[in-house]
Amino acid sequence: MSGSGEVVGAVLILFGAVVSLISAIGVVRLPDVYTRSHAASKSSTLGVLCALVGTLLYFIITDGYFSIRLILGIFFVFLTAPVAAHVLCRSAYRNQVPLAEGTTEDELQDYYMENEKDDAGNKLNLSIEMDKGPNP
Amino acid sequence: MIFDTMMVIALCILMLAILANLYRVVKGPSGADRVQALDTIGINLIASIGVFSVLLHTHAFFDLILLIGILSFIGTVAFARFIERGVVIERKR
Repeated sequence: MSGSGEVVGAVLILFGAVVSLISAIGVVRLPDVYTRSHAASKSSTLGVLCALVGTLLYFIITDGYFSIRLILGIFFVFLTAPVAAHVLCRSAYRNQVPLAEGTTEDELQDYYMENEKDDAGNKLNLSIEMDKGPNP
Repeated sequence: MIFDTMMVIALCILMLAILANLYRVVKGPSGADRVQALDTIGINLIASIGVFSVLLHTHAFFDLILLIGILSFIGTVAFARFIERGVVIERKR
């Protein structure tokens, strides 16, 4: 058991866990889908990357075991988590989920009214309102 | 000994993060909220599997990290297509 390797792994893993907790607090507290997706995708990806790199370094330093599977897992999570958040936000926007109450400008709406068409070829009629109700 | 305690603390923090995301799954007003929170729960599960394999000092769970990553991504994309278009796999014209 070497002491310094354990310290590097443990610090990275604790940092990753704390960043994941901050991301979860953002998911609970932010006002609409898009800001929540912002918090959930970016910071929880960073958190899981730090935790997995800490795991990898721990096994390299203490055992001398270099895991290709763990490298593949890190690479895959890094590649796919932002893509999943993008696809979800696009589906929410096309489904007319309301924006948060304080939003002042929605630049995507003009673009979508001009350029996007639905499956039958008709122009989309997007009318996304600001959220007037009590804040969820 | 201190190292094991730090790993257990990290696992507890990750479980708190999963609980907060579970609150969003239950309460979220739209479907995209719920799917996003479930995707984040999957990512936090990946991290906690890494911490758990450090705690147990075993290599046996590294396949699960890759597997849960792939399954979480496929499930999220399928649900997003369902929310957006109403179907998951489209018919050829």
